[in-house]
Amino acid sequence: MSVIEARGLVKSYGDLNAVDGIDFEVAAGESFGLLGPNGAGKSTTMRMIGGTSLRTAGTLTVLGMDPEVQGPDVRANLGVIPQQDNLDTELRCRENLITYGRYFGLPRAYLQQRADDLLAFAQLTEKANEKVDNLSGGMKRRLTIARGLINEPRILLLDEPTTGLDPQARHILWDRLFRLKEEGVTLVVTTHFMDEAEQLCDRLVVMDHGRIVAEGSPAQLIREHSTREVLEVRFGSDRNAAVVEQLADLAERIEVLPDRVLLYSADGEAALEHVRGRGLNPVTSLVRRSSLEDVFLRLTGRSLID
Amino acid sequence: MTAMAGLYAGNVRAVLERGFKVIGNQNWTILVSGFFEPVFYLLAMGYGLGGMVGQVSGPNGTPMSYLSFIAPALLATSAMNGAIYDSTWNVFFKMKFARIYEAMLSTSLGPLDVAAGEIGMALFRGLLYACGFLVVMAGLGIATSWWALAMVPVALLIALGFAAVGMAVTSWFSTFQQMELINIVLLPMFMFSSTLFPIDVYPQAVQWFIQALPLWHGVELMRQLSIGAFGPMTAVHLAYFGVMSVAGVIFCALRLRALFLR
Repeated sequence: MSVIEARGLVKSYGDLNAVDGIDFEVAAGESFGLLGPNGAGKSTTMRMIGGTSLRTAGTLTVLGMDPEVQGPDVRANLGVIPQQDNLDTELRCRENLITYGRYFGLPRAYLQQRADDLLAFAQLTEKANEKVDNLSGGMKRRLTIARGLINEPRILLLDEPTTGLDPQARHILWDRLFRLKEEGVTLVVTTHFMDEAEQLCDRLVVMDHGRIVAEGSPAQLIREHSTREVLEVRFGSDRNAAVVEQLADLAERIEVLPDRVLLYSADGEAALEHVRGRGLNPVTSLVRRSSLEDVFLRLTGRSLID
Repeated sequence: MTAMAGLYAGNVRAVLERGFKVIGNQNWTILVSGFFEPVFYLLAMGYGLGGMVGQVSGPNGTPMSYLSFIAPALLATSAMNGAIYDSTWNVFFKMKFARIYEAMLSTSLGPLDVAAGEIGMALFRGLLYACGFLVVMAGLGIATSWWALAMVPVALLIALGFAAVGMAVTSWFSTFQQMELINIVLLPMFMFSSTLFPIDVYPQAVQWFIQALPLWHGVELMRQLSIGAFGPMTAVHLAYFGVMSVAGVIFCALRLRALFLR
């Protein structure tokens, strides 16, 4: 059963179609990703799901309701984690959770207990009476997620959940999100980080310029749109383009980036042997598995982070 | 009705609760800041200037001391200041920087709940300033009629008009420079709305202009109430704020819809 269903969804701002006719479904309990660069239309799509952005065309149902007509009822079942933390800095940590719960009309007695549980879940029990401004970036993010869970949402919308966090904070956050997924919460995640999409998403759509350019599980997308391995070689920025012709037959596909050349091949080590065999000694070389980054490059001709 | 769909969830109370929680956290200090300005005017002008002026002619030609003449006007100003403080600068900060409303609107609250709650907080501040000022007036022995007590609900009406319009206007502003426009409008309005001297000192055309502004109606109304002397204009003053409040609230709701349901 799908909890979100979008058909021909369009959002225009003047002449610009921020979201340009997309179709997708999210099943209950699924972890669904919207992957794409900045400006691809991911956040706009998220806002339309929450009913805080009105669509220009198409249909959208969330838990069987139209978020434009039944905004408050739809949002009663959503947990919204915005891209930028918007915690209430005039309230302390625990007050943030309780006050936010009151916005949903939940009773105070219930919220007292719920706030304590969520502070424990977010590993912030000791910070309960701390001012929000005194928290680290990772803590603020966890508090924002805890706040988004106050109403026991059926769907959690996470817009760029780990952008701006250091690696350790990201892993703590991923771990928390994974637990939620295990509890059966539907996650909708936007990200421009490939590793995040691979960690969190069962299934994802790749978005570019407001359109969906591919859809599938991370493994499926890599299988369909890339090779098993990638060989990255650097010859120095002035030589990279010059040597490409001599490499053309060594890989299924070659991408030349400003700082390096990517050779797509089932066997990266073998390709590297051939490169060396031709007397082309790269300054550095790296063989790695294909990632969603490569899928995106293949589909759009551009890197995700620019 | 579809234009209003999804705008209201009937939970203004939660927005008010948040406001009072924040006031509690600030130990109420921030609340008093705007209260003193009219009090200082009352003392400086009323006693300082009042000694030189002597008796002036109040509503319906009633002779009154200068202090008694300006006190009700400053009460109206006090209610206005309280309402404006919350509905302009506070709203601006919450909208642009703290993004409080963005968070509120990701819950089951609708824009109308938020607007009504924030206007409610502005009214509360207006009420607090007005009550405080009335106590000062009583202490100085210049609230002589029992009608003076009716100044409190009227102060609320004045605050409502200013809060609703102030909030709607603030929704158009995006920079601090634009916010300064509010002061540029409010200060001359305070100076010229027959607050400190009667309106008939101006040429007729200027009088008409002043009479179109809200504060003049507030000032006249308060002055009439202070001595319990009413006239046909009383109803006009009340109606002015009634219309201003209703129009302001509708305007405000439409602006919030435009801002948050893009």
